[in-house]
Amino acid sequence: MSVQILGLKEINGPLVVLDHVTDVGYDEMAELCMEDGTRRLARVVEIEGDRAVLQVFEGTSGISLKNVRTSFQGHPMEMPLTTELMGRIFNGAGTPIDGLGPILASERADINGKPLNPVSREYPRNYIRTGISSIDALITLIRGQKLPIFSGSGMNHNKLAAQIVKQAQISGDGDEKFAVVFAAMGVKNDVADYFKKQFEESGVLERVVMFLNLSSDPIVERILTPRCALAAAEYLAYEKGMHILVILTDMTSYAEALREFSSSKGEIPGRKGYPGYLYSDLASIYERAGIVKGGKGSVTQIPILTMPNDDITHPVPDLTGYITEGQIVLDRTMDQNGIYPPVSILPSLSRLMKDGIGEGYTRADHSAVSNQLFSAYAKVQDARALASVIGEEELSDTDKSYLEFGRMFEQYFLDQGFSENRTIEQTLELGWDLLSLLSREELDRIDEMMITQFYNPQRAKRFRRGAAQTR
Amino acid sequence: MSNTVYSINGPVVKMKDTRDFSMMEMVYVGNKKLVGEVIGITDAMTTIQVYESTTGLKPGEPVYSTGAPLSVTLGPGILQNIYDGIQRPLQDIAAQSGAFIDEGSSVSPLDEKKTYPVTLKVRPGDYLKGGMVYATCPETPIIEHRCMLSPLLEGEVIKVSPDGDYTINDVVAVIRTSKGEEKELTLCQKWPIRTPRPVAKRLPIERPLITGQRVIDTLFPIAKGGTAAVPGGFGTGKTMTQHQLAKWCDADIIVYIGCGERGNEMTQVLEEFSELIDPKTGRAMTDRTVLIANTSNMPVAAREASIYTGITLAEYYRDMGYHVAIMADSTSRWAEALREISGRLEEMPAEEGFPAYLPSRLAEFYERAGYMVPLGGGEGSVTIIGAVSPQGSDFSEPVTQNTKRFVRAFWALDKALAYARHYPAINWMTSYSEYMEELGDWFKKELGEEFLTCRQRLASILGEEARLMEIVKLIGSDVLPEDQKLVIEVSKLIRVGFLQQNAFHADDTYVPLEKQLGMMKIILYFNDAAMELVKKNIPVSLIAQTGILDTIVKMKYNIPNNQLEKMEEYYPLIDEKLASIQ
Repeated sequence: MSVQILGLKEINGPLVVLDHVTDVGYDEMAELCMEDGTRRLARVVEIEGDRAVLQVFEGTSGISLKNVRTSFQGHPMEMPLTTELMGRIFNGAGTPIDGLGPILASERADINGKPLNPVSREYPRNYIRTGISSIDALITLIRGQKLPIFSGSGMNHNKLAAQIVKQAQISGDGDEKFAVVFAAMGVKNDVADYFKKQFEESGVLERVVMFLNLSSDPIVERILTPRCALAAAEYLAYEKGMHILVILTDMTSYAEALREFSSSKGEIPGRKGYPGYLYSDLASIYERAGIVKGGKGSVTQIPILTMPNDDITHPVPDLTGYITEGQIVLDRTMDQNGIYPPVSILPSLSRLMKDGIGEGYTRADHSAVSNQLFSAYAKVQDARALASVIGEEELSDTDKSYLEFGRMFEQYFLDQGFSENRTIEQTLELGWDLLSLLSREELDRIDEMMITQFYNPQRAKRFRRGAAQTR
Repeated sequence: MSNTVYSINGPVVKMKDTRDFSMMEMVYVGNKKLVGEVIGITDAMTTIQVYESTTGLKPGEPVYSTGAPLSVTLGPGILQNIYDGIQRPLQDIAAQSGAFIDEGSSVSPLDEKKTYPVTLKVRPGDYLKGGMVYATCPETPIIEHRCMLSPLLEGEVIKVSPDGDYTINDVVAVIRTSKGEEKELTLCQKWPIRTPRPVAKRLPIERPLITGQRVIDTLFPIAKGGTAAVPGGFGTGKTMTQHQLAKWCDADIIVYIGCGERGNEMTQVLEEFSELIDPKTGRAMTDRTVLIANTSNMPVAAREASIYTGITLAEYYRDMGYHVAIMADSTSRWAEALREISGRLEEMPAEEGFPAYLPSRLAEFYERAGYMVPLGGGEGSVTIIGAVSPQGSDFSEPVTQNTKRFVRAFWALDKALAYARHYPAINWMTSYSEYMEELGDWFKKELGEEFLTCRQRLASILGEEARLMEIVKLIGSDVLPEDQKLVIEVSKLIRVGFLQQNAFHADDTYVPLEKQLGMMKIILYFNDAAMELVKKNIPVSLIAQTGILDTIVKMKYNIPNNQLEKMEEYYPLIDEKLASIQ
């Protein structure tokens, strides 16, 4: 280890400034040794001549200009890597906190990773069956995709994520290796416990790598959390050929940490005070999903973010939507009506689904059914808006049939419950049952052959009977 | 040792006390030789923007001058290639550093080992001016590469090599300039990316760029040499629209810039384009395409440069006399790269943190489009189609607003349409094209006056519908008089049967202009015939019951592009169905 430097020049929030340092690289790691022997990690964020600005991970409380000694490590922040990571729990900076001792690393990697060359990417095509109708049919999740859940405080996004992990695990092929990397950023302790319990119940706990940065933990660590997690995920996927599902929650807290950190550095703010590089920064996380050509494994990301004030145009969901390959948007009204999962399908989208569904993947009629369901449900909204003005009785028969379709669609298709795991056939058949509520002329997105094969007004009878009973 | 790194902040590196550099000069930074560009010089400090990650860079590391501004290498081998933002072939980088991109990769932009069968076009004694062709070679089976004298040179040819196989760096001719200097000519030349290549003359715009997309060709056409913007929030289909245009538009060369977008999307473009067959030439689409991929996780400064790299390559092919279309997806990411770098330079921000020079940079970029007479004679054009990703889907944000000032076709993508899976989600009320007037003569000549009248009638029916929908939203459609109900039905026909286009359907993905006209005529014929019935007090609901509407909607699938005569069958069908209810 190199020379130790005694004392500091300046302290400002999580940042400390050192003078008279030489031979220090940008992004290099350093260790601050306190008088009582405890150590804190820090990273070089700016260099000007022989003056270096360091960001201290565990915060600067208790640090004075005199009582620390700093030593530089000569390399950027690294994550120890081995298959033994699975089943372990780490803090946000990649240090084990489960009391099982240090990690015996077989290799180490820079947590920032490197950009994956577009020519070396394999275009994702294999779909992941989640067993959730709304997702499988309409917003199909593809292996190697990054598909965030846009939610709001108080909605059950965690439950949805846990269900996806549980059911995707069951429906995966038996011989393929599957693991979960879970990164919690600024979440409450209860949330971390909830996931731990869910992983335990679905029997995947020994295949989960957990990174916990709770809301009370230092924000600087929060900036590292997703990067440590993704370094672990990339290692398991690309080196060990495993299929990794990465859950990042909550990206809004992450972005807020970034903003706090940026303002303490005195940077010029962009929209809503977030730094101008928020897009590039988020991209450096999300773009680490994918499949490497010729490799076996894959990294699939499900980032969760809470939209402040349920506002989808807030910078964090907005920029996220521009980077990720679609989004699953949860809706508060549906949530309040007790529909689970409360997926608001119209603004939701999976960009990769078009190449991962249909003949050879799911079923030939999948794409047509999904388009028609989307288009019909969009018309339901128009009919509802009209009904709220002129009353349901005054509507034309077509509009009335849409209202009925809308109700049944929400009741039978969207509202599914936490424990129900549907096959893709069940989901698509259910879709046809619902489309049969509409008159044949309304199916303008499906070609004649499929309509003849599947459409039958008789299929819709079960809903009408069901409705009569519940009434 | 004065040329050394002094300070480092992200991609911005500064040097102290040096006078060896000039503005916009390309430099190599540090021991890894990271590529950078000088963007600011004061007495005390020289500021460099580095195009690669600066992790691990230390103060005191050397900075190497190259004496030339950031340039691209122009010569055969550009087509079929995929580059990063500063013209480094990604295939070669992958061969050198594996699946993940290392810093400081030094690879040659063009294949230096490949030989081309070159035909020399000059003889000793000829006097060559800048832009004149001295040699040609087939670059791909469909594109002939014309090596032109650099616009900065002129002189007498004193030596010419015989026709034969040469690599890009072999000398094929020698000229003597007026100053008596001898210059060796190879198959390639360099050009700085931030300087537009000079032309002889700018021509007025009069030919459309045919895209095969009905809503664009018919309602909001774009001209060869024109500019268009495609703004839309996420998920509205910007990228999809750009892909469709790149695949089907009738340009000779496509430059596709993936600027700060998704990696998987670029992979998809790569895969799709190499499988797709160009209908006009029967060759793979990649034979006429060059891709520039600077995905969102690649260094931000190279993203800023990628737009200029792309347009310079486009101008080079324009100078050879080709029609080039350039798709930039997305210009907002480029503007954000400007903002990010401006922030690191601690410049005073204007609107929403964007630098005050944003509008002038946008203008500079879009003004490089045009229909030109190149220095070497002939005609060529550069058409720019830029995607815009407005923050929060709000079209009043600075990038969209400023772009609107410099483009003449505006295809606004609409969230509500996209939610209803109406693709392309181009909103026909808020979009516009200023080119219709200039292109009117061309359409009249090629398709006849009726194309213009049909499109005008289509537009007015849609306008009428928009007005009626205001009423329908309040009181429902049942109370409208029958003739207005017909407007609503016909508009639905236009929206679903004409404007909506299925990119995944073999016939519907590209529709020739003749079919577009035919479809319009059928819809309008139905409109007129049905209006006659309505005047005879036959209700619209009765007309709808005949199922004729459904038949017309599906004509886009049922008339193959090579059997347009089938369209004639629709007129008697409409007559017959309508006669049945009289």
